Amino acid sequence: MTRYARVVTAAPTDRPGLDLDGLLADPAVKIIVCCGSGGVGKTTTAAALGLRAAEQHGRRTVVLTIDPARRLAQSMGLTELDNTPRQVKGIDTDAGGGGELHAMMLDMKRTFDEVVQAHTTPQRAAEIFANPFYQAMSSTFSGTQEYMAMEKLGQLRATEEWDLIVVDTPPSRSALDFLDAPARLSRFLDGRMLRLLLAPARGGRSMFTLVTASFGLFSKAVQKILGAQLLTDLSGFVAALDSMFGGFRQRADETYRILQDPQTAFLLVATPERDAVREAAYFADRLVAERMPLAGLVLNRVHRSSLPSLSAEAGEAAAARLDAAGDQQVTADALRIHAGLLRQIEREVEVAATFTDAFPAVLTVAVTAQPADVHDVDGLRTIGTALTTAG
Amino acid sequence: MVSTNERAGRWPARLHVVTGKGGTGKTSVAAALALGLAEGGRRTLLVEVEGRQGIAQLFELQPLPYQELRIATVPGGGEVRALAVDPEEALLEYLEMFYRLGAAGRALRKIGAIDFATTIAPGLRDVLLTGKVKESTTRARDGKRVYDAVVLDAPPTGRIGRFLNVTAETARLAKMGPIKTQSEGVASLLRSPITSVHVVTLLEEMPVQETLDAIAELHALQIPVGRIIVNGARPPLLTGGKVTKTELKRGLTAAGLPTDAGTVAGLHAEAKAHLTRRELEESLRAELTETGRPLVELPLLPQGVDRAGLDELAQCLLPVQPPRHHP
Repeated sequence: MTRYARVVTAAPTDRPGLDLDGLLADPAVKIIVCCGSGGVGKTTTAAALGLRAAEQHGRRTVVLTIDPARRLAQSMGLTELDNTPRQVKGIDTDAGGGGELHAMMLDMKRTFDEVVQAHTTPQRAAEIFANPFYQAMSSTFSGTQEYMAMEKLGQLRATEEWDLIVVDTPPSRSALDFLDAPARLSRFLDGRMLRLLLAPARGGRSMFTLVTASFGLFSKAVQKILGAQLLTDLSGFVAALDSMFGGFRQRADETYRILQDPQTAFLLVATPERDAVREAAYFADRLVAERMPLAGLVLNRVHRSSLPSLSAEAGEAAAARLDAAGDQQVTADALRIHAGLLRQIEREVEVAATFTDAFPAVLTVAVTAQPADVHDVDGLRTIGTALTTAG
Repeated sequence: MVSTNERAGRWPARLHVVTGKGGTGKTSVAAALALGLAEGGRRTLLVEVEGRQGIAQLFELQPLPYQELRIATVPGGGEVRALAVDPEEALLEYLEMFYRLGAAGRALRKIGAIDFATTIAPGLRDVLLTGKVKESTTRARDGKRVYDAVVLDAPPTGRIGRFLNVTAETARLAKMGPIKTQSEGVASLLRSPITSVHVVTLLEEMPVQETLDAIAELHALQIPVGRIIVNGARPPLLTGGKVTKTELKRGLTAAGLPTDAGTVAGLHAEAKAHLTRRELEESLRAELTETGRPLVELPLLPQGVDRAGLDELAQCLLPVQPPRHHP
């Protein structure tokens, strides 16, 4: 694969480089979570890191991807969403020895089904599967994908089969959903609301009077708006879940503990664009607040110039002179391309600085923009090299 | 001089739904479209539904409340108002409208009932959001429509089909009652010529793939697709498609710049990279053209997206000259 621009200038962020090879080689690191907003190359980064861990560091690695681009999935030999790790063929482990790469795509609904099956009788499971609320929730609830990603991570870790698990987080509306989802789902299933639905209070203590009264009103409103059948379905659904997920909050707490453990490393992924960097900053704040181990920032799609000595202004002025003279269109265009590139780099440096100024302690690695998306293992290998040599 | 009415006439829908993959700049495009459609003394409403406060960030405002506030004026007396629809507020408003809950409604929120109702049934949440959009699109006062156009900064391409296909989502949960009536009303508006869904993309592989997928999905749902908006398009340079070091050396000499091997090689490498990139962009553009939907290209804004930049984008979206379709 040809590089979009050769690396000549220093990385736009003059920070101590993030040593990802060190991270991948560290036997104490068992889980790497890649997070960031949509479209910043999270999945590609996760896959490239997994490949490098297997090829260069001899680690038995599994990459858990969520909704990867079709061609990226194909590059790892994933053709269907079957929720089981599949070994990636055609990797070269000569350097590290003994490494393996496995990859899987998360099937949210199937993971949810498995959780249900593991915790209840077949008849009860069949009832739950038939409930329209279960169907809606297991496939569309906004936190389900995030929760199930965590559930799957817990499952993979529990097998103790893997040296390293690399997780790509869901393309959440906001990166924060990913951290909030387990708590939100457990709050929902464990909460007062659910108990109210299960056992409409008969009077109760005085402090709850208004609440229970308005809840009665609420269920009446729901009946009116949505119909009685819906409320019956809903009660059936929450009753079934309640019987099953006695310790739902406990499971969520466990997930949180795994994420806080030093065996986990969070990697923020961003591109040098305002929105992506803002999202990464929110996430960094949040990880610090939750005492979760933040390893560093991967800044993807950074541009570099092969001719940093010629300024944008000088390039543009020269292009204008050539235009006036009239017969050097190609050079004039090349100079304008150069000037545009330098201005873009200038912007990228400015945007990246908003993050590094706010989080001077967070190590960064910059990855040069590639001309095309990754389609094969070779492409992932190139990214893996870029991740560990740039910056 | 073409009148603004004629310019807006090239965007005939009244409800413009703007989607696109995350990172393609759909919020900026939606804002620019709202500004452009407000020219000539018109009033438009820019709506967001995902709780991101993207509009407030773009216009550098405090987070928007659940209220229609004027956020920009346009020469000629036009104005853009903005609304951040919050599903909880929309549900309370809806219940208030039909059931007059008052203090009980606030208590419901306290115990998490509203959160519960809007999260347990995402279809319900989407009906509330799109229902609010429908209400503002069709709202009239004194026999006149309040908004000449409504622009929705919609969920990204990956979720747009499900978001707009409200009847299918609610039909599973509500077989009858006002929610069903409401969702049917929304569905018929979304399938009428009043609505047009525009897809924003960059000339990069994944956004283009998602654009094609979304158009196919919307087509299957019989929801009208408007334009494909290519954001961040580069100016046409090196259209001859070739660049040699010899030629660059000649040009650099003519321009009075250094002609050492390093300078020539550096400039050559950047020019070649540009050509590689352009070749890929051309093939992606061709894939987009094959959909048969009109393409509009918006330039990359070197200074970033500020108000002047939005006005520039608005001018590209609704040019005084008829739009030049890409060959």
